[in-house]
Amino acid sequence: MTEIFGMPLVVVLGQLMLGLVNGAFYALLSLGLAVIFGLLGVVNFAHGAFYTLGAFAAILGFQWFGVSYWVSLWLVPLVVGALGIVVERVLLTRIKRLEPLYGLLLTFGLALAIVGLLQRVFGSSGFSYPVPEALQGAFNLGFMILPKYRAWVIVASIAVCFGTWLIIERTKLGATLRAATENAPLLQSFGVNVPLLVMLTYGAGVALAALAGVLAAPVIVVTPDMGVSLVTVVFAVVVIGGMGSILGSIVTGLVLGVIEGLTKVFYPEASNIVVFVIMALVLLFRPAGLFGREQT
Amino acid sequence: MTAPRMFYGGLLIAALAAPMVGIYPVFMMKVICFAMFACAFNLMLGYGGLLSFGHAAFFGAAAYVSGWLAAVHGLGTLYSLIAGTLVAVLLGVVFGLVAIRRHGIYFAMVTLALSQLVYFLCLEAPFTRGENGLQEIPRGALFGVIDLRSDVVLYYFVLACFIGVFLLIRRIVHSPFGQVLTAIRENESRAVSLGYDVARYKLLAFVLSAGLAGLAGSLKAVVLGFVTLADVAQGNSGEVILMTLLGGMGTFFGPVLGAVVVVTLQEYLSDIVGGWVTVIIGVVFVLCVLTFRKGIFGEIEALRRRL
Repeated sequence: MTEIFGMPLVVVLGQLMLGLVNGAFYALLSLGLAVIFGLLGVVNFAHGAFYTLGAFAAILGFQWFGVSYWVSLWLVPLVVGALGIVVERVLLTRIKRLEPLYGLLLTFGLALAIVGLLQRVFGSSGFSYPVPEALQGAFNLGFMILPKYRAWVIVASIAVCFGTWLIIERTKLGATLRAATENAPLLQSFGVNVPLLVMLTYGAGVALAALAGVLAAPVIVVTPDMGVSLVTVVFAVVVIGGMGSILGSIVTGLVLGVIEGLTKVFYPEASNIVVFVIMALVLLFRPAGLFGREQT
Repeated sequence: MTAPRMFYGGLLIAALAAPMVGIYPVFMMKVICFAMFACAFNLMLGYGGLLSFGHAAFFGAAAYVSGWLAAVHGLGTLYSLIAGTLVAVLLGVVFGLVAIRRHGIYFAMVTLALSQLVYFLCLEAPFTRGENGLQEIPRGALFGVIDLRSDVVLYYFVLACFIGVFLLIRRIVHSPFGQVLTAIRENESRAVSLGYDVARYKLLAFVLSAGLAGLAGSLKAVVLGFVTLADVAQGNSGEVILMTLLGGMGTFFGPVLGAVVVVTLQEYLSDIVGGWVTVIIGVVFVLCVLTFRKGIFGEIEALRRRL
């Protein structure tokens, strides 16, 4: 059997694949964070809570109303995104003139409330979501077994990430969005409805988090606190990549997922901390992040 | 006598008399430990304008180290407390050197990520006993003669430590160092242009704050006799932020008030409302940010100034 550094190739490739799946989630979440931060100047601490809400919404929709996975895939992001819009209208819009720290604190409180509510209603035990029929089973690639669902998660997430990137970089709407990020008052004076843009951007970022939650539901144990530690990792990803670049946050997310997966093979004790160690190293040598521009 | 003097004098008498009027000393000591933690945190946020989202790392790591030294190696209480504090200082240097390279919101995210690193280390290191936590930490004796096993004696020791820390923080804030720190908070570029080595001031503030948070954590380990992962977890960092925000950041006494409110809520509210405590804390957080940013003590001071 082929080995890499004393590890069977199959094991390495298996963890590489799991790492890519995690990396896909990191990419989806950090993409949403970056877009929201760019326009609102808010670091959305509730991002992990919206991700959790996405997974719970998929499970409840399935159990209570028999909503299929394929419907959940677009319905849940819409519903949770609408909730995000309510949050923006009711809460975030009131603090937009304050220091950015307050946005972090507000969304932190919001995350506590959402997670606490889910814990109160559903308890701390885990839920599972069945893998949709069409994606059950696995591809036998000869050198490894690739479960169809995981392959789908990787492909779908990357497609959504690059779709978002295309919208932001290559369309009129994206150009408006980038203009608002650079100078919102000026754009508003040209007659663009910036508050509407802000509202929809927050909704879209939250919808991306919810989509990640739906995609994750069949491959993880769904618990109310599943987003709590994830959001910290995603923050580290964002610090490493630098929030200035959309493409940067996608690539950083995927690469860090893979690195984490490989660490699980070669030095499992460090797999939980490797992302944070990399963050510290990047900060020491490139304080602005790998793709970021230094700004004060 | 001025109003603040009367206020603090009355408070001191109340604190000294508390065990005699039947207030449960262990509860009081827990409140005092968290009040010290919040005051240490406030030194950074309120006076330095630096929001750390990872202060639980200093509190928890110091608690683990001092608890482990006392429980496993039989080190005296005083030495354990000092050792715990020193560990927090060292950790503060490491955190500080990395985190002060970024500003504002990034600073918060970096400290959060670093504290998560410490959390995982505590989860996996054998000496912390993982999920079970460190238990049966002895209270020992002070200078070999004063027996701390009595709740009341320990209470006065903890109170003395707190008063010392409180006065130290006042001294720091009113010192030239503290003035420069406030200047950096108000306008960093101007402080730089005046020739201050801003990074060094920030680092020192960070290390002082981390050390005092470590002392609070070590004391908590002695008082309650156990240390768990909750002490080093993200939730604890959030709570100390809430205490400071609720009580009034940038005021001397606000964090103490915030600690009293939050710890009391957790101790007594959980009997009444059951599992809703997290939700309530989250909502209080949101309301504080939306409507009550000066905090309880900040609002009182603003009112007093207007009269």
